[in-house]
Amino acid sequence: MNHMTDRVARLREESLEAAPSISAERALLVTDFYRNPCARELPAPLLRAKVFRHLLKNRALYIGEDELIVGEKGNCPKTVPTYPELCCHSLSDLEILDSRKKIPYSVSRETEEVFRERIIPFWEGRSMRDMIFHSMEDRWLDCFEAGVFTEFMEQRSPGHTVLGGSIYSMGMEDFRRRIAVSMKKQGGDMRKRIQLMAMDICAQSLVLFAERYSSKALGLARTERSPARKRELLEIASVCSRVPREAPSTFREAVQYYWFVHLGVTTELNPWDSFSPGKLDRHLLPFYLRDLDKGLLTPEEARELLGCLWIKFNNQPAPPKVGVTAKESSTYTDFAQINTGGLAPDGSSGVNELSYMIIDVAQEMRLLQPSLSVQIGAVTEPEFLERALEMVREGFGQPSIFNADMIVKELANQGKSVEDALLGGSSGCVEVGVFGKENYNLSGYFNLAKILEITLNSGIDPSTGKTPGPDTGDPSGFASTEDLLKAFRVQVSHFADIKIKGNAVIEKLYADRMPAPFLSLFIDDCIGTGLDYHQGGARYNTTYIQCVGLGTMVDSLSAVDHHVFREGTLGMGTLLDCLSSDFDEDEILRMRLENHTPRFGNDDERADRFACAVQDICTEAIDGRPNGRGGEYHINFLPTTVHVYFGSVTGATPDGRKAGMPLSEGISPVQGMDRQGPTAVIRSASRLDHSRTGGTLLNQKFTPALLKTGKSRKKLASLIRTYFRLGGHHIQMNVVDMETLMSAREDPDAYRGLIVRVAGYSDYFCDLSEDLQDEIIRRTAQGS
Amino acid sequence: MNSGVVFQYKRYSLHDGPGIRTTVFLKGCPLSCSWCHNPESISPLPQLVLLSTRCFGCGECASACPSGAVDAKRPGKTDRTICTLCGECVRACPAGARAIAGQRTDVEEVMTMVERDLPFYEESGGGVTFSGGEPLMQPDFLAELLSRCRERGIHTAVDTSCHAPAPVFMMVAGLADLMLCDLKLAGDPQMLEYTGVKAGGILDNIRALAEDGGDFVLRMPVIPGVTDAPDNLRGVADFIKSLSRRPVLELLPYHSAYREKYRRLGITVKDSFTEDTGRRLTYVRESLTGAGIVIGIEE
Repeated sequence: MNHMTDRVARLREESLEAAPSISAERALLVTDFYRNPCARELPAPLLRAKVFRHLLKNRALYIGEDELIVGEKGNCPKTVPTYPELCCHSLSDLEILDSRKKIPYSVSRETEEVFRERIIPFWEGRSMRDMIFHSMEDRWLDCFEAGVFTEFMEQRSPGHTVLGGSIYSMGMEDFRRRIAVSMKKQGGDMRKRIQLMAMDICAQSLVLFAERYSSKALGLARTERSPARKRELLEIASVCSRVPREAPSTFREAVQYYWFVHLGVTTELNPWDSFSPGKLDRHLLPFYLRDLDKGLLTPEEARELLGCLWIKFNNQPAPPKVGVTAKESSTYTDFAQINTGGLAPDGSSGVNELSYMIIDVAQEMRLLQPSLSVQIGAVTEPEFLERALEMVREGFGQPSIFNADMIVKELANQGKSVEDALLGGSSGCVEVGVFGKENYNLSGYFNLAKILEITLNSGIDPSTGKTPGPDTGDPSGFASTEDLLKAFRVQVSHFADIKIKGNAVIEKLYADRMPAPFLSLFIDDCIGTGLDYHQGGARYNTTYIQCVGLGTMVDSLSAVDHHVFREGTLGMGTLLDCLSSDFDEDEILRMRLENHTPRFGNDDERADRFACAVQDICTEAIDGRPNGRGGEYHINFLPTTVHVYFGSVTGATPDGRKAGMPLSEGISPVQGMDRQGPTAVIRSASRLDHSRTGGTLLNQKFTPALLKTGKSRKKLASLIRTYFRLGGHHIQMNVVDMETLMSAREDPDAYRGLIVRVAGYSDYFCDLSEDLQDEIIRRTAQGS
Repeated sequence: MNSGVVFQYKRYSLHDGPGIRTTVFLKGCPLSCSWCHNPESISPLPQLVLLSTRCFGCGECASACPSGAVDAKRPGKTDRTICTLCGECVRACPAGARAIAGQRTDVEEVMTMVERDLPFYEESGGGVTFSGGEPLMQPDFLAELLSRCRERGIHTAVDTSCHAPAPVFMMVAGLADLMLCDLKLAGDPQMLEYTGVKAGGILDNIRALAEDGGDFVLRMPVIPGVTDAPDNLRGVADFIKSLSRRPVLELLPYHSAYREKYRRLGITVKDSFTEDTGRRLTYVRESLTGAGIVIGIEE
């Protein structure tokens, strides 16, 4: 049954039809502000706060026809601002963005002109990107260029964080009062006073922005002919005059308030994964019930407002990425994730009527953004998971399904109080954090298969001829797989050291030069401590390094173990020769390695034990190490699209993978190598200790038949619940048959709307690179 | 401890009883149904399987074969009369194009395999299904497996043609939690023609099962032009109505995708029926429902 109102249908259509384009407005306003010599003398927090105010005071406003929830990041839907202070796009970047086949952003001649004349000349050498690359040691640069790891902060600011509940009980005036109290407490500490002053300016700026919207709506109302639309515009004016100044008093105000905060956070900087409202069902419920009770709102109206919010998310394509960052995250999706279900603060089920309404809305909207996740704990009602699977059946990869109990355990293992852990959830792809209280950010992907390649070459990277790693010995002399693991352990720890050392420099650059006083308002305890979000002001501070290629690693170790050391049918020297020639001379050996190796994902302990070994090695090298904000490093296993890029820079691997082919993604088995069905995949995947990670990603492809009837969905629900009982973190399902994907590749125009699950997010199949399309086709479809 | 010949385990099996199940396929079947989907299940002995689509002609199998059964020039061909099923070629084939269907397996090994998915059975109310072939062809092995599962608290189902001596059939029915009984054709001549055995004994076994009190369902493959003939549907309906307890009748759609399996075994496909687009299934369901039979459909 389709509930979408005509209004929502029209706005949705408009959002779908708009093509992403670059807007120079933000870049220009920021550059003009920075050009002012006085501006550059300001302490960084005040400078950033004033830039923020300048933006919100001068940005063009947009109220589209029919809109109920207002505000855009660009001038209109799908126009994308840039952040030259972080990453100033060069003319050739703009040219690439405009003309590339996948994920283009159109750049008008005027925009290009503005960049050429006014933006680029100012930022050269001044942008964070330039400063980051300039500050890195040669060996860091070597690793970055060789594809040993990527760097998240080179074009975007630390993000991934999620809003807690503060805005639903506090207006900006309340935040300002809280700032004033903290200001008194800080006494003569100028640094903190400046920080708080900056936050105060930001709080006022958001009110100013909303009031501008209020006036604009009033102005439009005056000339509006349709009485119905006039009433709507007056309502917009009234809502925007109340929030965010005051705490919201209605459902609609709560939604509009969140959206203003979202725009603020993503205008201040371009944080990874934009920004997310977290447990929306929980936050909005009191407003919903109160409004229903007072007769201010009907369920249909609530649903329409949520639809409008969904469209707002979809109107904001990710900031344009270039270079390696575009490869690791090649998508328009900006990874905002809405959590539903999950646990209440007292540990009981958090499912309420809005949880179901949110699924209804996400299902009928069928948009890339925001991404929906359901959080399922042991106490979650079975009906809720079954409802979620009905949506999964629609085949556009949403919602992704998380283990709410495991998330609490992971957060507690990281040292959070259980009380705070219960406020946490997943964001972005699969990473976990405490909403509203944590700065947790992903800092870069870490290429395990490349490190194995370097290990097998005694510290040399065969693709560059450089020696980025220590000499851990000639593997021909290894007497056992344990020897290889020992050498690999040394290499992983070596590269982790380089990455972490680089991160420390980058963290400091952000703390010193790019504070985020607006975001700091919403993350406890920045106001209380007078410290910025980037300076350790958050209650919890986590830095993640995302290990990539687990399946490829496990199968490669298993291949060496099985063929070289157990069966003795293959000499290490021969294997190394074949790897360095990419099996050119020996396809038979390659096939034997591919087909006769015990493989991860088949419930085969001979292979799975190496998954534990690899996790232990990554944990030992990374987990618990201090970061620059007073917090710790942790690992997770997720790839976005980087497994394709990492594969392209990694030579042949002992599992029979040819050089250049994609690595496995997340903790999923190597594509097409799970042959024993989903229970075996789950048994293998649950041999990892998920509770010692900050998130793992398991991708499974199912044929539509497996979700066709209520009975088969119940069985799938049991499969998922068992995975969670065995300690799994997350599972996502692609439900689309092979034929459809093949046809879509042949005839993209006929399948432009086909959305598939990639890795922690969904995307239009036809927007994916050809490599990634192939790979998705290769992932085994679990049928029955 | 008993042992038997098993030719496949299927985990996350969803259509052979309640919940998530592991189906264990026992090799050997006294019937020879023209539409058999599992031709490798018919012979009670292990058999060599060749997946010719994977073979790329490297000849490793010929070099590995100790009996000279593989023609080095045409490695896709193997002289099955010389082949001793030693498995050397299976190990040697880099492409995974060769396999042996059917391994002698003892009860312990089967239990180890099926216990792997215990947590899934517990969560879903599933268990183990013994199928075939005809699992009742290996009664002692099956009986011990069923008893062991019962001790472990694992729900069991037996998927059977019901063509077995009455005492064996009732012994197994007594040990299994659920019997999945094939009911293909109600008349002796048709059964003889299409399956090679008579219907009488089968119907008697089912009748006795209905008397006995164990849980069971009937399952009918809808084979276009054979089991869906009006006469047969009438016969089947009459038979079900004559039972002391009326079980659910599940209809299993016919697929033609199994033909490739015959080629892999070097066997000619006996018969081929038109693939049902769903119309026959609907017709059968409607006519049997009209006759007062309770129908369950398996996808």
